[in-house]
Amino acid sequence: MAKTIKIRAKAKNGITVVKALITHPMETGLRKNKKTGKLIPAHFIQEVVCKHNGKEVINCEWAGSVSKNPYLAFKFEGGKKDDAIELAWKDNMGNGDSISAKIR
Amino acid sequence: MSLNEKRRVFLKGSLAAGALGAAAGMLTPGAVLAAWNKNAFTAKSIDEAIAAADGSPVTTPSKDITIKAPDIAENGAVVPVTVVTKMKGVDSITLLVEKNSTPLSAIFHLPKGTLPDVSTRVKMGKTGDVIAVVKANGKLYSARKGVKVTIGGCGG
Repeated sequence: MAKTIKIRAKAKNGITVVKALITHPMETGLRKNKKTGKLIPAHFIQEVVCKHNGKEVINCEWAGSVSKNPYLAFKFEGGKKDDAIELAWKDNMGNGDSISAKIR
Repeated sequence: MSLNEKRRVFLKGSLAAGALGAAAGMLTPGAVLAAWNKNAFTAKSIDEAIAAADGSPVTTPSKDITIKAPDIAENGAVVPVTVVTKMKGVDSITLLVEKNSTPLSAIFHLPKGTLPDVSTRVKMGKTGDVIAVVKANGKLYSARKGVKVTIGGCGG
């Protein structure tokens, strides 16, 4: 699968800031196809989990009302340069992706 | 590759479901992901959504919660929202958009050590409030911020 996640984690003064961008259509299921008049089926990310050295640091549940190509930023205590960061998502159609990165 | 095979099967399945109508497609999400709080995300009212997400619809307005969002959003499809609080012991932050047909937008579960400071972008159908509910030490606190939307982000 093509790479869908961009992530950047930076540690400073004992706090790590994580910023992530995911490529995803995030269809709510309420929009209509203008040509056919049919509803476009809902297709959105439902769960995003981020781990630091294997320990969960955030767990998100999302609805279709999160914008297309979602952005997520959060902070956690601890974390230092070269620690492992892992982020994974799953959508309502059973697709998903994950990425591993290092804290800078 | 097994993932690709699954994807093929899935695509076939979804095409068939599409032919049968949207209802068939709507049955699948719950089965795929048990953890996802379906009741909360399909709730039509704010109280129902908060009750399903956080266990109770009763929240205490708090000045310690800051919602950073634009006063006027030119494009309702992309409204950046940041929720920050100084409270300690925050378990989760729930984000709702008042005027959307299903108000609940996102729930962030924050384990110990994660700061109550999250940012994302949401869609807003029309002008209304963005509501943040913070669960800290078993209690619910909330804050609101009005956002004027000039172009709706849902439908159209």
